Amino acid sequence: MIVKPNTQSPPDPPGPVAWLIKNLFSNWFNSLLTLISLSIIYFAAASVLSWVFTTADWRPVVGAPLLYLIGQYPRDQMWRPGLSLWLIMFLIGMSWGVWEKYVKAFAIFLAILLGIFAIVPLETATITLGVRAAFLINPVLIYLGYLIGKNKIVNGQHVITLWIFVSSLIVLVLLPGFEGIPFLPKVETTVWGGLLVTLLLAVGGIVLSFPIGVLLALGRRSSLPVVKIFSILFIEVIRGVPLITILFMFSIILALFLPAESRIDRVLRALIGMTVFSAAYMAENVRGGLQSIPPGQIEAARAIGLNNFQTMVLIVLPQALRAVIPSIVGQFISLFKDTTLVVIVGINDLLGIGKSILGSDPEFVRLQAEMYIFIALIFWVFSYFMSQASLKLEKTLGVGVR
Amino acid sequence: MRKTLWIVSMLIVASLVLAACGGAPASTGVEPVTVVETVIVEVPGETIITQPQGYGTILARVKERGKLVCGGRTDLLGFGYLDDNGNNVGFDTDLCRAVAAAVLGDPTAVEFVPLTAADRGPALQTGEVDLLSRNVTWNSKRDAEWGNFTVTMFYDGQTFIVGSDSGINTLKDMDGATVCVTTGTTTEKNLASAFADAGLTYEAVTFEDTASVYSAYDEGRCDVATSDASQLAAIRVGLQDPAAHKLLGFTISKEYLTPAVPAGDDQWFDLVKTVMWSLITAEEFGITSANVEEMKSSQNGDVRALLGVEGDWGYTQLGVDASALANAITAVGNYGEIYNRYFGADGVFVLDRGPNNLGINGGWLVAPAIK
Repeated sequence: MIVKPNTQSPPDPPGPVAWLIKNLFSNWFNSLLTLISLSIIYFAAASVLSWVFTTADWRPVVGAPLLYLIGQYPRDQMWRPGLSLWLIMFLIGMSWGVWEKYVKAFAIFLAILLGIFAIVPLETATITLGVRAAFLINPVLIYLGYLIGKNKIVNGQHVITLWIFVSSLIVLVLLPGFEGIPFLPKVETTVWGGLLVTLLLAVGGIVLSFPIGVLLALGRRSSLPVVKIFSILFIEVIRGVPLITILFMFSIILALFLPAESRIDRVLRALIGMTVFSAAYMAENVRGGLQSIPPGQIEAARAIGLNNFQTMVLIVLPQALRAVIPSIVGQFISLFKDTTLVVIVGINDLLGIGKSILGSDPEFVRLQAEMYIFIALIFWVFSYFMSQASLKLEKTLGVGVR
Repeated sequence: MRKTLWIVSMLIVASLVLAACGGAPASTGVEPVTVVETVIVEVPGETIITQPQGYGTILARVKERGKLVCGGRTDLLGFGYLDDNGNNVGFDTDLCRAVAAAVLGDPTAVEFVPLTAADRGPALQTGEVDLLSRNVTWNSKRDAEWGNFTVTMFYDGQTFIVGSDSGINTLKDMDGATVCVTTGTTTEKNLASAFADAGLTYEAVTFEDTASVYSAYDEGRCDVATSDASQLAAIRVGLQDPAAHKLLGFTISKEYLTPAVPAGDDQWFDLVKTVMWSLITAEEFGITSANVEEMKSSQNGDVRALLGVEGDWGYTQLGVDASALANAITAVGNYGEIYNRYFGADGVFVLDRGPNNLGINGGWLVAPAIK
């Protein structure tokens, strides 16, 4: 005999009307609150939208897309940043294939964005058909990279090696070029600008400050007094000084002590300043991670015969860094946003180029809100994808879960 | 014991590094400001002139580099800004191009370094830039501290923008007016002292940044706004109804915008001055970028001297070609051409020449004879 199961299915989820009544209009007071909130939202949204689509004048934003992207980089050498973009997009595609969940959203977003940029009609003569065609190749390259990256033969190590190789190639060879080589003439960094410089400073600062920060953190816990004192001095002095002061220090005061011939590149000076600043904070983040490792771990490592170096690299650091991923990513995001400070030392990063564009037409003086909103949006997009990737990384590594 | 050894060795290494760092600048010995030794410059056919060390170093550097490094701006309409393709353009920029054309024969052989208000002084002091042409007001303190100021190429001054029908024409008419001004600047100080001197009162409406000042003025939150004449003229174009506003015809401060060069190299100082003078002189003689070749066979001996076909205007001593000034004029035109390119009827905004007219036309621009 078949026993009819005695269990009832759970009640149907309430319909939308029931949900509304339960959550928004349960009594007269809540109903009133709902209505007031709705009207506030309505008027705010309506005024924002009407400003965006009618009042706002987006000419300073849409009129000079190339300036926002590469600044004053010579237009007859545009194939160089173009090729760099292709290489990077291909690598982003590969990264998407290898680390599916972290990069996927960003890669798809970039593919769509660049695709749209290639076809959207802009009232500017600077975007020629050739430029559009070049941009249209980017989504294709991302997908191609994805197909290759998905292949089992390719692993994360390959992709990281490629990233290091390609980005050094771009930053050291392709973009700056060399004196006296006809097809790759030297392009001084004073004409680099826009998103190019912002990303260069952010990525350069992040990549360089990470190893220095780890070394400083280890140095601070070292038993060698010279190393320890140096690390403590470095960290405490840099952390006690605002970034803006360090940038001024590196770009103005340092130059006063050097002979006129040994002119250090301005972008490099800013990069060194940002790296030094970020490394000190990184060191403190990492030290926090190091302190969270119970001594038993180190004792156990010793017991199985690992030496100091092996203990550090194989046992302590992996655990310590895992524990501080959220604060490290937070540090990276704030470094990325801090790159806008280089405007004050005369580098035309994204913000500096925006200001220059406002100064290129008398009618643009009133339009600074549009420019600042556009630049804020760009920064938000990058920061958002960074923090999303970090959240997923935390989940995978089980940070905070034992 | 091992520890002590380690510390000692670290200290030795550290001291070596420090010694190396300390030694490097001294060994190159190119600080442009030190005047300790003398070098002898031989001028053919003339007596030997002794010149202080540093003389000729900048010209040698520029020629070796093949490029003039010019400190400027990229965000100031009319003076130093970017065109759609990212090229540096503007009044100040053209002065750099004139010097590059004179020295190197190529007006595009310029590397522009964008400078902020804070780092323009140090950039000149350290010799990072060969020429500072960045809308800099010449004053005695800057001249003493930064370098050498050459020839004032733009006479600017603080003035007021008012409604055309406001009936305001003089400072007295503004008694009790509300004035929009940027806070914490010399503009605000000049305003206060001008009104105090005249025994007048005003109500200041202050803002952190210039753009807010003008939008507030545009919205009618103050009767007048004050800034340098060139800036107000630029701003006027961007107001909702430019025709309804006018600039007052007097100034309450001296903003003599002057290109400057690093201290310690008189040859370079003289050379840049001569190039600036040549632009003014060219306008006096009617030499334009278009007719330089034609004018080389002019009846006027002074014109032929300026263009380097007759006599020596100093080029032997200054270390450049006889045609240097002719090249500069061909590249950017005479002073009037440069002015009209940016502030004339077809310029980015219109600004009456006023003091920036030739001395022979009632302005303040004068130059010694070039011969």
